[in-house]
Amino acid sequence: MIRASEEGVDFFSHPLIPFHIGGQEVYLMTTEVCTLIVSVAIVIFALIARAKLKADAETPSGLQNFVEFLVESLDKVVDNSMGKFGKKYANYIGTIMLFIFISNISGLFGLRPPTGDYATTLSLALITFVLIQYAAIKTSKFETFTNLFKPIPLLFPINLIGEFATPLSLSLRLFGNIMAGTIMLALYYGLLPIFAKLGIPAFLHVYFDLFSGAIQTYVFSMLTMVFITDKLNA
Amino acid sequence: MNNITNEGLILACSAIGAGLAMIAGIGPGVGQGYAAGQGAAAVGRNPGAKSDVTSTMLLGQAVAETTGLYGLVIALILLYANPLLSKFLKL
Repeated sequence: MIRASEEGVDFFSHPLIPFHIGGQEVYLMTTEVCTLIVSVAIVIFALIARAKLKADAETPSGLQNFVEFLVESLDKVVDNSMGKFGKKYANYIGTIMLFIFISNISGLFGLRPPTGDYATTLSLALITFVLIQYAAIKTSKFETFTNLFKPIPLLFPINLIGEFATPLSLSLRLFGNIMAGTIMLALYYGLLPIFAKLGIPAFLHVYFDLFSGAIQTYVFSMLTMVFITDKLNA
Repeated sequence: MNNITNEGLILACSAIGAGLAMIAGIGPGVGQGYAAGQGAAAVGRNPGAKSDVTSTMLLGQAVAETTGLYGLVIALILLYANPLLSKFLKL
């Protein structure tokens, strides 16, 4: 549906489903449709896993083992880098890890990765930004604001920019990586003759979708944890 | 020079600008390579700490990559969402 159209290179987000709100015509873009598909896939997986867990088998098998392994390893990652604060934030970190990872590798299934749209990554980074500021205010109360005027009041604008640079760099990093992969694959599929498209794209997919996607998932959640822990320890 | 339209000139200069913006890729390449080399040396000295070294290295590399990605984003904007052209066409 998404990756390569008949005539050449195509990696943009297109208006897909039109509907009307108050006489205004708005569209569901490719990004939103792909985000919905990814979210619904995750929800269905979670529901199946829950049904399996409820069945309460004597010896866990197959899917249950996998789900337990998944949850345990996510918890371990959070625990390792956040220490005693890990328990409270494990849910959030686990969720964004699952969502970003599935989004990043959704290029393998023919979708346009939702994280290849700046809107998605910016909203993820803004959630993280709110969490960081919440942690800061909760830990150091009013000093959060006076800290902006340290060491000298003259540096206030730079401190402020520094705070707002966090979500910007987080979102741009994820967006840039995934978008670069999407563009590279679209160029490859769109511009080369047919015999070059057999077999070789598999390696490109492994690098751009799987490897790069996994690394960027790890980096996004790791930086989120580092920033939050930094504020909590202050 | 006479048969070049204004839009064409803007597009051509934007393409050159996008190419120039990607020179930013040099920095992260050098930085990431240096980090990877240091990581390899650290693993060689202390193979037991391989997983710690690897995760620290990847985190550092991702941060070092940021400036290069700013260049990439500017190149993408110049190529696909050109603000200069839309400003000119609006005038």
